[in-house]
Amino acid sequence: MQPTDVTKPEYFHKVVDCQWACPAHTPVPEYIRMIAAERYGDAYMINWVSNVFPGILGRTCDRPCEPACRRGRVEEEPVAICRLKRVAADLKEDIRDRLPKPASRSNGKRIALVGAGPSSLTVARDLAPLGYECVIFDGFAQGGGMIRTQIPKFRLPEEVLDEEVGYVLGLGIETRFGTWIESMKDLLAQDFDAVLVGSGAPRGRDLQIPGREEAAAHIHIGIDWLNSVSFGHIDKIGRRVIVLGGGNTAMDCCRSARRLGGESVTVVVRSGFKEMKASPWEKEDAANEGIPILNFLVPKEFVHDSGRLTGVLFEKVEAQYDEKGRRQLVASGEPDVLIEADDVLVAVGQENAFPWIERDAGIAFDRWDMPKVDPVTYQSSNPRVFFAGDAAFGPKNIITAVAQGHDAAISIDLFCRGEDVTQRPGPLVNLTSQKMGIHEWSYDNNVSNDLRFKVPHAKPEIALNSIKVEVELGFDARLGFREAQRCLNCDIETVFTPQLCIECDACTDICPTDCITFTRNGDEDDLRGRLSAPSLNHEQDIYVSAPLKTERVLVKDEDVCLHCGLCAERCPTGAWDMQKFFLKTAQAGAACR
Amino acid sequence: MTYIAKPKLHHPQLATNTLGYTRRDYEGTVSTLCAGCGHDSISAAIIQACFDLDLPPHRIAKLSGIGCSSKTPTYFLGASHGFNTVHGRMPSVLTGANLANRDLIYLGVSGDGDSASIGLGQFAHAIRRGVNMVYVVANNGVYGLTKGQFSATADRDSASKTGAINKDSAIDMVSLALQLGATYVARSFSGDKEQLVPLLRGALSHEGAAFIDCLSPCVAFNNHAGSTKGFDFIREHNAAVNQLDVMEPRAPITASYPPGALETIEQHDGSVLRLRKLEQDYDAGDRLSAMTYLQERAAQGEIVTGLLYLDQKARDLHENLGTIATPLNSLGDAELCPGREALERLNASLR
Ligand SMILES: Cc1cc2nc3c(=O)[nH]c(=O)nc-3n(C[C@H](O)[C@H](O)[C@H](O)COP(=O)(O)OP(=O)(O)OC[C@H]3O[C@@H](n4cnc5c(N)ncnc54)[C@H](O)[C@@H]3O)c2cc1C
Ligand SMILES: Cc1ncc(C[n+]2csc(CCOP(=O)(O)OP(=O)(O)O)c2C)c(N)n1
Ligand code: SF4
Ligand code: SF4
Ligand code: SF4
Ligand SMILES: [Mg+2]
Repeated sequence: MQPTDVTKPEYFHKVVDCQWACPAHTPVPEYIRMIAAERYGDAYMINWVSNVFPGILGRTCDRPCEPACRRGRVEEEPVAICRLKRVAADLKEDIRDRLPKPASRSNGKRIALVGAGPSSLTVARDLAPLGYECVIFDGFAQGGGMIRTQIPKFRLPEEVLDEEVGYVLGLGIETRFGTWIESMKDLLAQDFDAVLVGSGAPRGRDLQIPGREEAAAHIHIGIDWLNSVSFGHIDKIGRRVIVLGGGNTAMDCCRSARRLGGESVTVVVRSGFKEMKASPWEKEDAANEGIPILNFLVPKEFVHDSGRLTGVLFEKVEAQYDEKGRRQLVASGEPDVLIEADDVLVAVGQENAFPWIERDAGIAFDRWDMPKVDPVTYQSSNPRVFFAGDAAFGPKNIITAVAQGHDAAISIDLFCRGEDVTQRPGPLVNLTSQKMGIHEWSYDNNVSNDLRFKVPHAKPEIALNSIKVEVELGFDARLGFREAQRCLNCDIETVFTPQLCIECDACTDICPTDCITFTRNGDEDDLRGRLSAPSLNHEQDIYVSAPLKTERVLVKDEDVCLHCGLCAERCPTGAWDMQKFFLKTAQAGAACR
Repeated sequence: MTYIAKPKLHHPQLATNTLGYTRRDYEGTVSTLCAGCGHDSISAAIIQACFDLDLPPHRIAKLSGIGCSSKTPTYFLGASHGFNTVHGRMPSVLTGANLANRDLIYLGVSGDGDSASIGLGQFAHAIRRGVNMVYVVANNGVYGLTKGQFSATADRDSASKTGAINKDSAIDMVSLALQLGATYVARSFSGDKEQLVPLLRGALSHEGAAFIDCLSPCVAFNNHAGSTKGFDFIREHNAAVNQLDVMEPRAPITASYPPGALETIEQHDGSVLRLRKLEQDYDAGDRLSAMTYLQERAAQGEIVTGLLYLDQKARDLHENLGTIATPLNSLGDAELCPGREALERLNASLR
């Protein structure tokens, strides 16, 4: 292999598994170290800059970072990255004077943002301090989008939401809440320089099976129902409830129903328990609240007694796999199952809908009736119109909406300045030695042996009593510290200088996870086959040095490096150094140029 | 010095041996030696060899003298018996321990100062008695622990770090061991574990006095230009005569070699040593020509490494003394003091 070029930011960035996996590339280990140092405000600000909603995300994020976390590859479970974010938000001091100030004067450009969900709020936050006049429209009376209308309060208290939405709206943003945009053409006719569509994926899928019309009064579309619960329009439900669907919406529906009078709540999914879309922790929380999840049951009919729902009839199915490994659900031949119920919540998926965008407004739609949006610039076929969040590529999650918001903001900024939106600014990257003394580092390199700590929960008697009592209590400072110490500091990179190496083997000998090999060079597959320990994860790169004196090369498999710094401590010549890699993705504004 | 303990976390597919131990189970505490010291690599090689041979750690006794090299037993085999003797006295303590309990595996670890200066006499007698042990000298040509004075293995005319020239001639521990009757003699280099680990495995399965002279650069005091014990010098002058593989009893030979290139030797314990010849004319079974060969090559400035001599018919101290198979320390009073009658019979037999 050719010697690895570590000057390309991607190489070290990939080593920081969590940051790489985070759609907004939040510098995770950096804020975790700050939590360990009780610098909660600093930890919060690192997050705020990257993901805008640390307190919200610290409770609700889909956490793509955690399955990626290296700790999960050398031990049983990843670091509780998400819940540590909450620690920063909960324990921070007042940070309001550290937020950007509203721009002192306008740059003369006006931006319309449709929807006040996380994508629009992110775009507004990035653009407003630069002088853009941002106007956010939303049909609902308050900002937050689905974070407010859908996510139940027992997962996300209103104060947290108000605080963080407030930080954004406090940047001098004009809000037109309670205003539905009825026509894109009308909007385009107004004096806006650019339009951001952040209107989400607002339509819940229905289930058209016999009995649907007749029993309609007791059959509710999940997201509409949650919306009404959220605004207090609904505050009770029947005693026996069936929730159809296996995603996170279904989990929110069943847990909400449990709190509104549903004594016997059952979730029923078509496929297997394992294939359910809901995150494992959501399923666990539902199970803890005494909600059974029944699988391999396909709804056949809403059974009713002249319009009064009595239950749902299900066909029992089983999974079969064809030669290509594709799964099919086929009738098992067993008798149908009737589950009695007073109400049914249908949470079988969510769709985009753009009734207010005229199809001749210059915005091209594809054959699935989705707008054609560039996956890098988020620009539509009308150069003045940009999409972000669920509206852009279908329902995802908050952190994706935020990440797309940052990118769309960059595009809008470039567009408004008359620059090419495809010329994207690069990230800000820093690499700094952490050496403080011969064997001292400015990070704590002693690896903790603790297993993942559980977040304390409110007692079920209390939690199930109200739709508003937050279930998770969060880590306190002590637990937060200990959990933070589980982080392996993957951003403290091992940086190798081949000219200094005398091939003494000290680093190979000390490395606790056998990452380091001195061997003759070869192609990648060959090298991976000859390492000190099996190379398990080809997603992680191997580092290959320039040839050493003996003509061998040093190969480091980054996969399970603990960043303990022992290689650098045992190296007599300083050929290894531990250097902190800090990467901040570009955002709209000065960094672009 | 490294202050933290080596993390317990390890590679997810770290192998286990037939005892269910991983290589990490054969480690000791983190080394306090200078970063990069060759001695640490020898420790790592010992760990690997003991793991490979499935040795139960509690059946190994590690003994050492004084010196950086003699400190290393703390850094490997944390679950084994250990004895850190006074300077140069490891061989006699090891001999005594071996007499008392012949069932343990004895690993003597020493330095060139410990064994070639103050302990030279002790070294000589343990070897000539054929004590069943592995005797490793971590040879760096200096007294590392006392800040780098020339040791007795420093080559004549080599330079110290401060520029002083060594006027005395060097003691070659390998030649001494051959002359004194060691039955397994090897030389290796801390920076070449592919060579060192099999040599240690062979030595550990050898039933007799096994001696390994292991060059082990002192990065702090003897790794400069002008030294003959530094990494660069050893790499440039290393002349390996063979490459050893140790196999389980009767393991099939899979790779094929040109005729005459492979020599297979069976040891007492049934282990099979497979020697791949790098030097066609070198015969590891011939002590006299080995000694000559070593002198010739040394005169040309080469450092001969590999398995230099192996006596297949090795005998050990207990065989020479005719002691019983049961370890003496497990005999009871009745067996150890059989009484007046037995003494009289013994005396009579000597009259
Ligand atoms: C039940 C449920 C639970 C969820 N839980 C989580 C979770 O725990 N974690 C997570 O990461 N994600 C979760 N999500 C997904 C997450 O809420 C969305 O992915 C995210 O909010 C999308 O953000 P967005 O900016 O695209 O728009 P949205 O948040 O969908 O906001 C769009 C806004 O646009 C407004 N709007 C739409 N059309 C118009 C119009 N014509 N005029 C004016 N206003 C308009 C809407 O009123 C809405 O307020 C959940 C979703 C649901 C349904
Ligand atoms: C009786 C006695 N004499 C002298 C010393 C001082 N001393 C300590 S270590 C050492 C030499 C060690 O040299 P070596 O065995 O080569 O070990 P190294 O440190 O080089 O590995 C000496 C002379 C001592 N500790 N005890
Ligand atoms: S920091 Fe160095 S010694 Fe520690 S695990 Fe990584 S490569 Fe190994
Ligand atoms: S410890 Fe340093 S000098 Fe020694 S082999 Fe490793 S990188 Fe090279
Ligand atoms: S002084 Fe020399 S022998 Fe002693 S630990 Fe340091 S490098 Fe090793
Ligand atoms: Mg020495």
